[in-house]
Amino acid sequence: MTVHAFTDPVFDAQKVFRAAMNVLSRPGTLVPLEADVRPPAPLSLEIAALALAFADHETPIWLDAALTSVSYVGEYLKFHTGAPITPHPVEAAFALVSEPALCPSLTSFTAGTADYPDRSTTIFVQTDTLRSSRSFTLRGPGISGTAALRADPLPPAFPREWAANRALFPRGVDMLFAADGWIAGLPRSTELSEA
Amino acid sequence: MNETATASGYNFAYLDEQTKRMIRRAILKAIAIPGYQVPFASREMPMPYGWGTGGVQVTAAVLGPDDTLKVIDQGSDDTTNAVSIRKFFERTAGVKTTTKTTDASVIQTRHRVPEEKLRADQILVYQVPIPEPLRFLEPRETETRQLHALAEYGLMHVKLYEDIARHGRIATTYAYPVEVAGRYVMDPSPVPKFDNPKIGDCAALQLYGAGREKRIYAVPPHTKVKSLDFEDHPFRVQTFREPCALCAAEDVYLDEVVLDDRGGRMFVCSDTDYCEQRRTDGHRGKMLGKVPLGGEAA
Ligand SMILES: [Zn+2]
Repeated sequence: MTVHAFTDPVFDAQKVFRAAMNVLSRPGTLVPLEADVRPPAPLSLEIAALALAFADHETPIWLDAALTSVSYVGEYLKFHTGAPITPHPVEAAFALVSEPALCPSLTSFTAGTADYPDRSTTIFVQTDTLRSSRSFTLRGPGISGTAALRADPLPPAFPREWAANRALFPRGVDMLFAADGWIAGLPRSTELSEA
Repeated sequence: MNETATASGYNFAYLDEQTKRMIRRAILKAIAIPGYQVPFASREMPMPYGWGTGGVQVTAAVLGPDDTLKVIDQGSDDTTNAVSIRKFFERTAGVKTTTKTTDASVIQTRHRVPEEKLRADQILVYQVPIPEPLRFLEPRETETRQLHALAEYGLMHVKLYEDIARHGRIATTYAYPVEVAGRYVMDPSPVPKFDNPKIGDCAALQLYGAGREKRIYAVPPHTKVKSLDFEDHPFRVQTFREPCALCAAEDVYLDEVVLDDRGGRMFVCSDTDYCEQRRTDGHRGKMLGKVPLGGEAA
């Protein structure tokens, strides 16, 4: 099987964007991600689709160790998006994480500045499931009452790291989680607690 | 690259893919930081700035082929501005358009929030002329950015309080500033303050685009939005003495319509779709049938 980027760049990108917009607007809500894309392993379809929809020459991409270990992943992303690949998470507009349990601390990425909190890293995380029995309770903008995040696995210190990230608000990183053709969002505005 | 089957020579929804991508990134940040104005590289659009180029660019970045678009200006679908924006997207994106709020998936608006309660599967895009709520108090961009960074909104309260000192009440009736999710003070665009309560805890995502000033901001669904006020002078919306003269609606925003040159006048819904729907449903105001409908506001 040959790898390929979007077969329909205009409409695939639009669909992926709307899915990402919906999940960041409604933290925890699962939305299907539809795009015809075939990335090189171990880059997942969902993370590839997100990168193809949002990255270009203005947005450096950081890859985790597993994605870095296969040079074809970086080449694929560079070729199809024009984005530079950076070895420094703090320089990344987008961070692609295929092994969430080994994800570096959220403080390794950039949270933007007080004047420009938008100049921050958005982290795309491939997980095994978004429907784990282990659940976090979410509160904040986009949520009527409470919502749940059931992405798994996550780094062991994740709740504590997220609390520190939330405390930086309006600075902070934003996260999108993906598994099995679905995505869920966790914007910096969301408070997360162990259910 | 995929070229669309719409008017030849245009990319889908006019904007090139790189511009859409840049706007889409700005929209994601705007959602993650409710009320914060994200800078974006606004493009020239084939219409003057006063015509809502910021809203048009946001709509263009959001729209997909399955969307149904509604465009309103002062509550009406039939003004020159609304008609031309609707035609623009019919031509460049080939999307369906509608005047019915309930049928629309994307609604671009100037000056009003529809009366009909919006749903989770709808997106409201505001055209914003001046996105910076502090601009009239502090003309320097570097300064206003600092004030937002520090959440230093004392100036805004002083301005509102001066209103009270001068008029005995807060005189601001349009573009009445709001605090979003307990953090940023935001200009809700020149909607009447009557509409402010609809912006908070709304089921729909609300996106704001300012073309000339190159800013995008957002209010996610179900977000707390508070109109600034004081304990002894709480925020109040406009009230109207009479219901709509055509559909008898109460608790809606009314426009004054001059009927003749002898001082005859009536008050009717500013939201023309809402008013028409109510009349279709059998509601009758006291002037219904006594004045010609359509183009009342001419
Ligand atoms: Zn009416």
